[in-house]
Amino acid sequence: MKRAEDMRWGALMRVFAWPLVLAVLSALGLLFALLGDGAWDVASWLLLAVPIAAIAWAIVRAGPRSETGRCHPRQR
Amino acid sequence: LPTARAIRTWSVVHTWSSLVCTAFLLMLCVTGLPLIFHHEIDHALGNAVEAPAMAPDTAKAELDRVVDAGRHRHPGEVVQYVVWDKVEPDLVYLFMAPTYTAEDARRVVVDARTGEVLGEPNTRTSLTAILLQLHVDMFAGLPGKLFLGGMGLLFVVAIVSGVVLYAPFMRRLPFGAVRRDRSPRIKWLDLHNLLGVVTISWAVVVGATGVINTWADLVLKVWQFDQLAAMVAPYRGKAPAVAKAPLQSVIETAQRAAPQMKPSFVAFPGTPFTSAHHYAVFLRGDTPLTSRLLKPALIDAETGALTDARELPWYVTTLLVSQPLHFGDYGGMPLKLIWAVLDVVTIVVLGSGLYLWVRRRRAATDEPIARVEVAGTAAPEPRAQPGE
Repeated sequence: MKRAEDMRWGALMRVFAWPLVLAVLSALGLLFALLGDGAWDVASWLLLAVPIAAIAWAIVRAGPRSETGRCHPRQR
Repeated sequence: LPTARAIRTWSVVHTWSSLVCTAFLLMLCVTGLPLIFHHEIDHALGNAVEAPAMAPDTAKAELDRVVDAGRHRHPGEVVQYVVWDKVEPDLVYLFMAPTYTAEDARRVVVDARTGEVLGEPNTRTSLTAILLQLHVDMFAGLPGKLFLGGMGLLFVVAIVSGVVLYAPFMRRLPFGAVRRDRSPRIKWLDLHNLLGVVTISWAVVVGATGVINTWADLVLKVWQFDQLAAMVAPYRGKAPAVAKAPLQSVIETAQRAAPQMKPSFVAFPGTPFTSAHHYAVFLRGDTPLTSRLLKPALIDAETGALTDARELPWYVTTLLVSQPLHFGDYGGMPLKLIWAVLDVVTIVVLGSGLYLWVRRRRAATDEPIARVEVAGTAAPEPRAQPGE
């Protein structure tokens, strides 16, 4: 019973680890620009750029669509 | 991970909370995108007033002269508010209308140094004014505002339920997976999940602060009956004041009550922001945060003496702090550009969500195999169709 619960927790952590990191970084970004100007603003821009960079990374990594067709027969 | 039964429930919540609000959220995102840059657009379209260049230490005119310039221009109207431009300290805006309580006041821009009228920007039929009206209440006044606030709450529900459904979908996939070689449906499902999950913080903050902004009129009413009423209690039952105190001395008295602060705006006696007997000088701090935190000082309009000065209560402070977090105007142009990118990402999340729902409905009626395809790769069991 304990093991099953640990596994559920592990699976949850695996799925949400990166989203959680990105959520915390962008929340700090939203906050920092409120607290001051200059360096605070720059820190805010960098932190809020992280989720945008993550999107770019995922799309570039997915690469161009393969030439074999829009839906591979074996995958249906 | 949630059970299959829980997933089905969350799936229904996500589907319907999204479906109901999507059309309005799309409208809000599309009108909100140019509004991020309303300042720049007004300048580009020549609908902004600029202060002429003068020596940087040019002295300011007496405030009474500034106000008289507006009264001279529109003799039949009253000045409701005097507002200082935060970015351009040489510009003062006079809100003028036929009565103290009339809405839709004109804005007369006066040079704070010379006391001369510089112009009257179009705040009714300009491009940004129309977009703003659509965005705020769809030209339907308070009911329109509250309705859009309700749509914003549904948007927050859709985000929360979407996050719950993210787990069963991503169980067997690495973070950021976009299965581009599969059917367009799977590709867009992955994109919907990816774009949605990485922008949660921003979307929740902008969504929730937008909802809070729709309550602004109500917050003002509560403040009037709560704190304002307590501050002016000694004046209850008195006839409205004849405003005799010079405005310049009113400002100086207010600033003595809070020496670290600057005036943000003055409400004239009889307007909703003060009593019939007082000028209310709203003072502000200097950082991006404290410049939003106002402190009203009530000055007797007849004698010019300070009646009371208090911090605003928590519910007004919440409203004032939620404004920059919604507008994205508190961290320079790069922050506005980030706001614009995330706004477009949200449009894609909304659009792909709608697409996935349409595809699923079609799949459910004439192509059952498509359901199995998704279920087999990601969802824990065939009947649960989360994330749409």
